[in-house]
Amino acid sequence: MAEQGAKQGAGPIIKIAFFAVLAVVLLSGVLFSPAHPGLAIHPMDQFEIKPLFGDGKLGMFTVTNQTLWMVLAIIGVVLMLVVGSSGRAIVPNRSQSVAEMAYGFVYKMVEDVAGKDAVKYFPGIMTLFMFILFANFLGLIPTSFTATSHIAVTAVLAMIVFVFVTVLGFVKNGAGFLGLFWVSSAPLALRPILAVIELISYFVRPVSHSIRLAGNVMAGHAVIKVFAGFAAALGMFSFLPILAISAVYALEVLVAFIQAYVFTILTCVYLKDALHPSH
Amino acid sequence: MASNTQSTEAAHGGAEAAGMPQLDFSTFGNQIFWLVVTLVVIYFVLTKIALPRIEAVLSERQGTITNDLAAAEELKQKAVEAEEAYNKALADARAEANKIVAEARAEIQADLDAAAAKADAEISAKAAESEAAIAEIRAGAVESVKAVSKDAAKEILSSMGYKADAKSVTAAVTARMKG
Repeated sequence: MAEQGAKQGAGPIIKIAFFAVLAVVLLSGVLFSPAHPGLAIHPMDQFEIKPLFGDGKLGMFTVTNQTLWMVLAIIGVVLMLVVGSSGRAIVPNRSQSVAEMAYGFVYKMVEDVAGKDAVKYFPGIMTLFMFILFANFLGLIPTSFTATSHIAVTAVLAMIVFVFVTVLGFVKNGAGFLGLFWVSSAPLALRPILAVIELISYFVRPVSHSIRLAGNVMAGHAVIKVFAGFAAALGMFSFLPILAISAVYALEVLVAFIQAYVFTILTCVYLKDALHPSH
Repeated sequence: MASNTQSTEAAHGGAEAAGMPQLDFSTFGNQIFWLVVTLVVIYFVLTKIALPRIEAVLSERQGTITNDLAAAEELKQKAVEAEEAYNKALADARAEANKIVAEARAEIQADLDAAAAKADAEISAKAAESEAAIAEIRAGAVESVKAVSKDAAKEILSSMGYKADAKSVTAAVTARMKG
């Protein structure tokens, strides 16, 4: 009986606390309105590509902020995999373990998902994974630039995979690669319809492949910027959006890894289709 | 497209700034160029340095582990062999010791038997000798008693005033002694 009372008591307390906080926030919005009224939120400004030196126009080979962070990604990859493994010890130290773990992680993924004969394409897949991983994580540094938030970048990555896999499929299997679209286990009457669907889904692959990565990264960064704008507007109650930013940031750390993983594993799946096109 | 470019370059320039920089096609050439450069650099760093090195280290470690396991197996085999050899040596030594003990025992027994036989012989010889000596002494003693009793009888008779006849005394003493 007493326990039940306590349980019933806990619910209203949380509710009351929630409404109290909400009321305080709303009141603070009214009473302590910031010096510059109106939310000055520009969540997309962080994605702007600007020349790094000078104020000139953006040419083909202009060094931009994106270039800088891509170079930093290269440096990150070199530090992790080249400098990290420079000990060449039989019993690895910490940094060498990290390098070996990254190697083993991607190698096992290629081997498990795409098959043993896909192992010779492992360096390319490792390149994709390491680049996306470092671009994502470097992008989480405040005021940095996230190369993978740009659809131009992810689209090129996806198109490299798409073109490579398609060409490889035809080179390895000839016309047999078209069997990927001809579902031989379906009833004969359905096969042409399924072929059309399969064909469409095949060509949608690079689109979803690229937009998934850019969209996730961009959305997370934009959300953080929006909350940051709230924090600027809420005055003394800015701790609430800051807590929200912390939570979203934790999520973004997860997303940074997961999206690199998803991009890589989908590449492996496409590679498997090219090597073994039968359904 | 031209206005779009201007809008993004003029960072906060009014309502147009709300557009997505991602869709500003004028930057695509630049982005793609630097992306390809980045990917090529990473690819070459990986294929020329990082991946072969890590692969070598991993396979070397695998080889070391395999070798160590084989060596351990070999050492274990050796230990088993050594134990067998030890047990065999122990058994041999024990058998040898038993043999030596048996030999020594037989030898000692033989010596003992010989000594005992010799001692028996000596003892019986001594006993026979002693018996002869005793018999001699006894015979001598009887003679002495005879002589003493003859002398004593003669003396007693002469002191009582009888003339002792040697022949009759001797006969009487002999007769008494037989009695």
